[in-house]
Amino acid sequence: MNNSADVIIIGGGVIGCSTAYNLAKQGVSCLVLEKYEIGHGGSSRNGGGVRQSARDVRELPLAMYGVKNLWPTLSEELGADVEYCQKGNLRLGKTEKHMEILRGLSGNSAKAGLDVWMVSGEEAREICPYMSDEVIGASYCPTDGHANPMMTTLAFFRRARQLGVRFITGESVLSIEKIRGKARRVITDQSVYEAETIVIATGYESRGIASSVGIDIPMKKVLLEALVTEEQPRMFDQMLGTAEADFYGHQSKHGSFVFGGSSGIEDYTIDTENSVTTPITAPCICRGIIKYFPILQNAKIVRTWAGWIDETADKVPVISRVSEVPGLVIAAGFTGHGFGISPIVGLLVSELAIGKETTLDLSEFTYDRFKAKM
Amino acid sequence: MKNLQDRSVDMGEFVAMPDDDLIICRCEEITKGEIRRAVHDGMTSLIEIKRYLRSGMGLCQGQTCAKLVRAVVAAECKASPAQFELAQPRSPARPIEMRTFANEE
Repeated sequence: MNNSADVIIIGGGVIGCSTAYNLAKQGVSCLVLEKYEIGHGGSSRNGGGVRQSARDVRELPLAMYGVKNLWPTLSEELGADVEYCQKGNLRLGKTEKHMEILRGLSGNSAKAGLDVWMVSGEEAREICPYMSDEVIGASYCPTDGHANPMMTTLAFFRRARQLGVRFITGESVLSIEKIRGKARRVITDQSVYEAETIVIATGYESRGIASSVGIDIPMKKVLLEALVTEEQPRMFDQMLGTAEADFYGHQSKHGSFVFGGSSGIEDYTIDTENSVTTPITAPCICRGIIKYFPILQNAKIVRTWAGWIDETADKVPVISRVSEVPGLVIAAGFTGHGFGISPIVGLLVSELAIGKETTLDLSEFTYDRFKAKM
Repeated sequence: MKNLQDRSVDMGEFVAMPDDDLIICRCEEITKGEIRRAVHDGMTSLIEIKRYLRSGMGLCQGQTCAKLVRAVVAAECKASPAQFELAQPRSPARPIEMRTFANEE
């Protein structure tokens, strides 16, 4: 089979699949290379938030564009139910210090044009009656929501595949090679592929692949864990978080609760290449949940998992062409909040890949913005 | 060995079978027909099938159906079941109440 395409995307996660879908829609031939299976990394491991509130203001225009224009019709567009539910986000606080954090976050977002405001404990309990009396207030953004990240990733994959995108899984990319100064060839452990444009969208692994053409993105891996309960009676539709981000989650369409979080000490205790759960983190997440939602204390946990976040030095992604390496596009470093913006990022990366003017300004997401502190 | 890495290989038309209503994953009530259709939608690794259909995500976590799902997927791909890696088991081994899991003692 032909080993060349107009665009090669390295990474079959939600960003890669969304980009592939958008390229195929524009008639561009496209090949996706994935080391494991579709959606192996953060795309299948995140909490499913489709959230605008509490985002960095640089990222807010992307999130708002997606919520306004893409998420509401995504299931219809892709022909598969991505379980998008737009019933708001509550970010909860229990202490005056929490409230200060929440006022700061929602104030910044409101200044940037997002409809988000503070509510009292009573008002929060009116929106979501199952939370503990310890909650004294929350920030509320009614246009936020959640979706099923596994289904979203696979729905983009399925639709892109139907439109003729070639996907190869189980092949590991070793390096990118330049020809006449331009990114051109992708070397894997089994073959060589060629394209006019190469997109790297492999989370933290993007760093190693980009370094084969001399580019380094300041990024590190951060481990987070998530858990899911057995099916519960329908209780609430909101996406939930806390001021200190000790856990976040929602009740899925299926009825199970999905919560993510961390213990705060992973950075200093995890010594492995693989994302594996520890005996410390999920119990810590459970303690957090029970304090806010005592009603869930008898819900049974059926499954836990771990995943890496690709955290950049300034905690917003790189979505950028690389001027030293023509033909190279990087879309990585989403720092744990990539899923909610994946439909718009796919469109933007497809535009970068074919040299079109981008729908939204990407000047805050350049690869070379990271500078030493003095 | 059948090449399962190139995901663009045409699976052929989906042909309905008389036993498509057979329940394979009994916790989540996923049928043989749904699994076969998922293969035709491009899901040819067992972890993708799990994420796409929820087979193996219920109370038993696939302890009953994992190998049955594998057999159905392998037959649909016209490949040997040995070519399909089972989805990774996840902790805990049995469902456990949140308050027990949360216990620090």
